[in-house]
Amino acid sequence: MVSHDDVKYVARLARLKLADAELERYAEQLSGILDHINKIAELDLEEVKPTSHVISITNVFRKDAVRPSAPPAAALDNGPEIESGAFRVPPILDTEEQ
Amino acid sequence: MTVADLIKLNALEAAERLQNGDFSAIDLVEAYLGQIRRHDPAIFAYLRVSEENARLEAEAIDAAPDRPPLGGLPTAVKDVLVTEGIVTTCASRMLENYRPIYTATCIRQMKRAGMITLGKTNMDEFAMGSSTENSAFGPTHNPWDLDRVPGGSSGGSAAAVAAREALWALGSDTGGSIRQPAAFCGVVGLKPTYGSVSRYGLVAFASSFDQVGPITRTVNDAALMLRHLVGKDPRDSTSIEHPEAIRVPEDRDLAGLRIGVIKELVREGIDAGVMAVFDKTVKKMATAGAEVVESSLPHAGYALPAYYILAPAEASANLARFDGVRYGLRAGGAAGITEMYENTRSLGFGDEVKRRIMLGTYALSSGYYDAYYGQSQKVRTLIVEDFQKAFDSADLLISPTAPTTAFRLGEKTGDPLTMYMSDICTIPVNLAGLPAISIPAGLSEGLPVGLQIIGPAFSENRLLAAARGAELAIGFDAAPPLGEGS
Repeated sequence: MVSHDDVKYVARLARLKLADAELERYAEQLSGILDHINKIAELDLEEVKPTSHVISITNVFRKDAVRPSAPPAAALDNGPEIESGAFRVPPILDTEEQ
Repeated sequence: MTVADLIKLNALEAAERLQNGDFSAIDLVEAYLGQIRRHDPAIFAYLRVSEENARLEAEAIDAAPDRPPLGGLPTAVKDVLVTEGIVTTCASRMLENYRPIYTATCIRQMKRAGMITLGKTNMDEFAMGSSTENSAFGPTHNPWDLDRVPGGSSGGSAAAVAAREALWALGSDTGGSIRQPAAFCGVVGLKPTYGSVSRYGLVAFASSFDQVGPITRTVNDAALMLRHLVGKDPRDSTSIEHPEAIRVPEDRDLAGLRIGVIKELVREGIDAGVMAVFDKTVKKMATAGAEVVESSLPHAGYALPAYYILAPAEASANLARFDGVRYGLRAGGAAGITEMYENTRSLGFGDEVKRRIMLGTYALSSGYYDAYYGQSQKVRTLIVEDFQKAFDSADLLISPTAPTTAFRLGEKTGDPLTMYMSDICTIPVNLAGLPAISIPAGLSEGLPVGLQIIGPAFSENRLLAAARGAELAIGFDAAPPLGEGS
């Protein structure tokens, strides 16, 4: 079972702000989905190796050479708030951490 | 040629006639723009139609001395592929006004070969869904029955091809998002082997599953498009050179092919109407010379649970980039940066995207990582091995593409798990990174049913040849009952 508090904790990790009604709904839905997922526990997986990537490839290296990149104006163009050639954000040091 | 004649041609035919000079690229583009004007108000396959741009591209093709291989073929592009200067939204409020500063590699390759972009198609937000109802801009309607969903997440692309609003289209498939909508809309959809098509410029959902592929009217068209999609891209280090050049298959029967029916993906959990079409299709394939055997994926039942840990886990990391700083939406009124992140993400993401981010974050959180993420990666190994064993005694495997035909709008939106079940036949393929195609197999109560054919990694040529053989054996020639429109 996923509790109301679990959902609140996970939402905080995921940087989502959820209303109380949403917390309830997600707790119920995530519990239902995880119930189904718990079917995996039926399997004996002790000796099985995990797969993270299905096609066998080796690490890829490239030369550490200088290459042209997007011009700053283009890179900034989609920014919601721009100032002096930089992305402007609200204060990053909270004096009162929640 | 009349507009009705022009839109009847498939891509291979249109390419040949354009090459012969029977008509011009601008004629073909105008024919499709007309179709879009007539039918898209009811279907809503497109989020944006780039009329002006399509005309300019067509005129340039017509003026050039040599016509490139795909020169003048009007294409619909799923709005999950970034296109320089053209708004790319992933059907999310988060990216409502996002104008990418670069173009996806697969689009660049298609453009180099001469394709014309008609517009960007609707989808489930960030490709998460099976019905296109998770689009922040409203659902797409199935051309076969406007009260029904087109499937998803590439529902806009599949509906556009079915309604003759595009000659063909690009989609993406993470757990079935090309094949299931292709099945629901009565068209062909191919998910290539993982790694054969560059993911550079494909907005990431679950990076170890995502793959771009064609949605077309015929198997040969899928082969033609795939030929221009594949290739190793230095900008996607998981892409690899396809070992074979992709060929348009020759017309032939299925003699000499051993086809395995996956016993875990038939009967139980599959609608009777879908099974009836599937059984009839298997008989037709046998008549066409295929040796039909029974195959087994013993762990198929664990594919959906493993997928719904692994894909959301990857998504929760991939979607961390949407933070309101560099592009996309930013919610105002925050005192500090953490509050800004939270406000932005809560406002910008829809319900299903939030649900998957939560599920993935939960599975990766301290204390649950081993039990969920680690175990699911092991299940993935078992699925990979199941397929390897099955291919020891069969050249290709088959199943229905989806357990039902297109369902009604709103029918499954209340219960996420019921919606997820729509992908039980397609998800195992993504876990193993294999190529698979859905082709129209027939109708059940007036709605299309898809046949899924699965091959070993990089067996696209064999898969396409068999799909062409099956297409000939099936002889599907129904079309959606489109009104004349206004």
